[in-house]
Amino acid sequence: MTPLLSVQGITKRYGAHIGCADVSFDLYPGEVMGIVGESGSGKSTLLNCMAGHLAPDAGQVVFDTRADGPKDTVTMSEPERRMLGRTDWAFVHQHARDGLRMGVSAGGNVGERLMAVGERHYGDIRGKATDWLERVEIDADRVDDRPTTFSGGMQQRVQIARNLVTGPRLVFMDEPTGGLDVSVQARLLDLLRGLVRDMGLSAIIVTHDLAVVRLLADRLMVMKSGRVVEAGLTDQVLDDPQHAYSQLLVSSVLQV
Amino acid sequence: MIELKNVSKTFTLHNQGSAVIEVISDVSFHVAPGECVALTGASGAGKSTLMRMVYGNYLTQFGSIRIGDLDIVQAEPREIIALRREVLGYVSQFLRVVPRVPTLDVVADPLRALGVPAENAQARAEDLLAQLNIPQRLWSLSPTTFSGGEQQRVNIARGFAHAYPAMLLDEPTASLDATNREVVLSLIEGAKTRGAAIIGIFHDEAARARVCDREIDVSAFTPELAA
Repeated sequence: MTPLLSVQGITKRYGAHIGCADVSFDLYPGEVMGIVGESGSGKSTLLNCMAGHLAPDAGQVVFDTRADGPKDTVTMSEPERRMLGRTDWAFVHQHARDGLRMGVSAGGNVGERLMAVGERHYGDIRGKATDWLERVEIDADRVDDRPTTFSGGMQQRVQIARNLVTGPRLVFMDEPTGGLDVSVQARLLDLLRGLVRDMGLSAIIVTHDLAVVRLLADRLMVMKSGRVVEAGLTDQVLDDPQHAYSQLLVSSVLQV
Repeated sequence: MIELKNVSKTFTLHNQGSAVIEVISDVSFHVAPGECVALTGASGAGKSTLMRMVYGNYLTQFGSIRIGDLDIVQAEPREIIALRREVLGYVSQFLRVVPRVPTLDVVADPLRALGVPAENAQARAEDLLAQLNIPQRLWSLSPTTFSGGEQQRVNIARGFAHAYPAMLLDEPTASLDATNREVVLSLIEGAKTRGAAIIGIFHDEAARARVCDREIDVSAFTPELAA
């Protein structure tokens, strides 16, 4: 089987400081991988390098494109990479306002991505947008309201609808449940799990919340000081961590 | 179906003076289809540890653990994930679920993951929950608020939803009343009849005697206890 995403030797430096160093892994279709580590461990830098938001200093990010098979997205042309970002890739930001246009209605936010891939029929776009907002449990009568009138949890769900409406194959998520209260988190987690299963999505989730990765991710990478110190099955890494830092991380979680 | 060869495990506690604890040393046995093997030994002997190693939840340092054609010790995460979805079932002592998901969906989930249509998966889940005497009015609620025994039964229903060829059962009859214990034992017998290879931990001796064909005393493989 061809990996959907094959990351090889990704390195990013900020001057003398290491953002992330020599990260390699393969992600297969339908897999969800979690990346955990304390803040400053390089997990967001890595995510942004993979998603094309940052240019890595070294390494390859090979994506199995629909048209041409595996292609290095780091060296591909800017328009090509942008096209990927609108079609097969999706990026869910930690703060919904970074991923939404706050001055445009919820329906418009979702519809914009459809227009970016060439849909022009207003009725179709509106229909699909409404359908997706309902799938993320936002009432159809809020379609014309702006995200500024929504709660944080609702904004996050609009962002997810906007990202998934074009049927991406790979979703990057940066702390998708961060900053939400726990009851909203639970609902969002359930929603994400269902979408991943039903759409056969692959996803890479960066978070510092070990409970979130346990529920969502099949595989886990633990990062410290820009390097991957341990990787494996999520429950194996959490229940039988091998590296000193992973052991510290797991044993530091407060029991509720 | 399940075959362990010269399996050993140590825990290294890096943050506690790098203490190395040897927990399992040189275990070999195999379980044939339709057979149920009990792991025995005092509390702390390593029964659950061994079971978790077979599930791939704990890393094994030496030896091989073959389930069907796959060696868990060498396998890639995605191979273990596929194995757990299709071949290897595990009923743990504790239920771990996404909060607020209805019981019916929790039980149907393993079937949905296999691509079984929602209606069929749900029908199977309803059937199991009814067999295990979970009142129908609870099916639409999340099991997180249920009593210990109810959670245990939901866990069992989930574990038996798919007809796994290999199963691991960690204290499946603990905290159950006589009626439900009987239901669980007949589920296990049913799984054996259809050819499942089962490894179980039972503190309930009568249950063990009834469903298990052989016993393996884990303390024999626990270095600290044997010494």
